[in-house]
Parts: sequence; structure tokens; C-alpha cells
Amino acid sequence: MKKGWKELPIGTQIIKPGSSEDFKTGDWRIEKPIIDFDKCIHCLICWIYCPDSSIYVNDNKVTGINYDFCKGCAICAEECPKDAITMQSEVESE
Amino acid sequence: MPSLKQLSSEKDLFTYGHRACAGCAASIILRQVALVAGKNTIFVGATGCMEVVSTIFPYTAWKVPFLHNAFENSAATGSGIETTYRSLKKRGKITKKINVIAFGGDGGTYDIGFQSLSGAMERRHDMLYLCYNNEAYMNTGIQRSSATPFGAHTTTSPAGTVIPGKQQFPKDLTEAIAAHDIPYVAQAAPHNWADFTKKVEKALTIEGPTFINVLSPCPLGWVYPPHLSIKMSKLAAETCFWPLYEVENGIHKINFKPREKKPLIEWTKLQGRFRHLLSESNKHIVEEAQKEVDRKWNRLLKMAEAKI
Repeated sequence: MKKGWKELPIGTQIIKPGSSEDFKTGDWRIEKPIIDFDKCIHCLICWIYCPDSSIYVNDNKVTGINYDFCKGCAICAEECPKDAITMQSEVESE
Repeated sequence: MPSLKQLSSEKDLFTYGHRACAGCAASIILRQVALVAGKNTIFVGATGCMEVVSTIFPYTAWKVPFLHNAFENSAATGSGIETTYRSLKKRGKITKKINVIAFGGDGGTYDIGFQSLSGAMERRHDMLYLCYNNEAYMNTGIQRSSATPFGAHTTTSPAGTVIPGKQQFPKDLTEAIAAHDIPYVAQAAPHNWADFTKKVEKALTIEGPTFINVLSPCPLGWVYPPHLSIKMSKLAAETCFWPLYEVENGIHKINFKPREKKPLIEWTKLQGRFRHLLSESNKHIVEEAQKEVDRKWNRLLKMAEAKI
């Protein structure tokens, strides 16, 4: 995005809400979380503790992980009461 | 109190793509606050981690109006917004209810923003001030603040042969704000999301100034692996270093009493900033810190018991 000062909004306001959704942070990750849906009880604990809102929830059910934004902090894997989330090295998974 | 199922049907108003460190607890806190507060909310952020990571031009992680002014005046900016809102409402130009939430880190609240916060509380503005307390100036590279605990290593209170970390006890801001005799003051932590969201909801329904002080574990400054953020918050409450309590109309109420009060060392030994306290020569520092935690906890118990 290249804009001169004349095209920028006054006071450097950011006009588009939630525009950070265009900035992918998934490449920060060194380990990726993987959900074992056989063990998952859909308690949504991972969802409430995720700092990057990267757990997909649909109709009160965990449906997956947004790997475009997950930074791989592993809080979900640590806090999962059923140990349904495991961390896998990004290098190995490639 | 909303259940997790109810919350999960809400849209995230503090969204992904922000540039907080992996495992940052402050981003969990803001997410939970935004979920509870809903879309009719205006956020004001003091300079600090959460302002820097959430609004890097031309990106913003906020889906609600967010305003950043300066380090010292997020409470003053919030009170300005609240006054404008009241004026617009009086003139019939706005009808819906709007929440104003000002927030800052411990640097922007305990130290630099203290006078503007104190002023806003005294002027009785109908707003919530939220402090995410990560116990040092993490954004600028871990300098001590008045919230840094006794004995903690920071770059301006380095543990070494001369001193064993910070030499002073942290300021008790929650009590200092409670002394302003405002309707609602609370202390919370992100691991207990139910307690925390309930407090935010309560603070937003109460008319008048409200204040919540939230502990925000920081993997970078506290020096621990990122996946332990929630554990750190939990242990801080279980060791009674960070009691979860509220002061409603001047009456203290403890929201969480651990079944078994853990020794402080259980919490400090997991953190790199307290690494030097594990050595035999620094044992007296641990004892002194434990004594202070016990004193404050017993004082709180007495106050809650006496309903003062």
C-alpha cells in the first residue's frame, strides 16, 4: 500500500474496521496445534483463551483452527481438559 | 453472567491479525472485554503494548471505535468522550446507550496515567477504566514500574551482585482507586474468565466510574514459555499474590479463596525474572516477599469478614 500524504485520511484515522484481518500472523508459528476431534468435548475452553481468536466455532462446536493467524503459542494445547490438542513441529509437518 | 456458549455466538470485536507476542495474556483480556461489552462501545487506549500491537497503521484489530491519545491521558480522553456523549444525549442527538472503556497497561495506569485516572474517577464520569497489569514497561523493553513485584529482575532493577532485583514492594493501585469511593472496583485475572466477564458486565451496568485491575502475564518480560500464560495467572491467584476480589460501594468481597494457599515460590520459580531467588543467598528475599503477600491477604480477609 503506497499512498502520498494527500491521500491519507486526516489524523491518520484507520477507516476500515478490523483491517488487521488482512495481515496474516500465521507465519510466526514454529509449532502448529492439531485438534483430535475424537477427544474434543466442545467445551470451548481453547476458544476463550486463544489470544488470536483463531479457533473456529460454529453453532457451539469447535470446528477447526485458523492457521493463517494462529501464532502457535500452545495455550490451547496446555489448557485443553481432554488433551485433545497436540503441537506438531511446522518443519516436520511440511 | 454469559456462558461460553452464549459468548461464542458473539462476533469478536477485537480480532486476529494484531501483533501481540504469541501467548500474550493482554490480548486474551481485551478479547474477553470486547466480547462482553458489545458493539456499542468506544475504547480508549493509553500508549503501551496493546495500543501498539492493535493499531499499526493502516491496520487495526478493532471492530469498534478505538482512540489513542497519549501515554498519560487515556482516562482523560475517556472522560471527554463520556461528557460529549452525555451532552449529545441531552440534546436528543443520540438515544442508544454507549459504553466507554478506557484502558492502559500498568505503566499508563500506575505511573504515568495516575493523575488523569484519579481525576476521571473523582469527576464521576460514567466509564470503565481497565488496567492490564503486566508488572513492568514491557513494550519498551522491560523497565521497572510501580507495579513490578519485590525482587523481580527488570532492565532498570537488574538482579546481580549489587541488588537482587527490585527493592520496593508494588503499589496497591486497586486499593488506591477504591479510596476514591467510586461505586465499583475489582481485581481480576484472565484464567478465571467467568469471574472476569462477570465483573466487566457488572462494571458496565453500574452508573458512574468503575475500575478493574487485571493481571496480565507476559511471556517476554516474566520470562516463561508462552503456553504457560494461563497457568501463571492461575498460580498468581492460588498463591494469593493476586487475590480476586471486588469493592462494591466500599464493601470488600473476595471472589476466590484458594482451598489451599500455595507458597509464593510455586509461582516465582516458573519465571525467569525471579530466577536469582532460587539461590540460597537470596532466600531472605523470598521470605520477605511471602510475608508481604500473607500480610495483604490477611488484611483482605479481615476486611471481607468485617464487610468494610
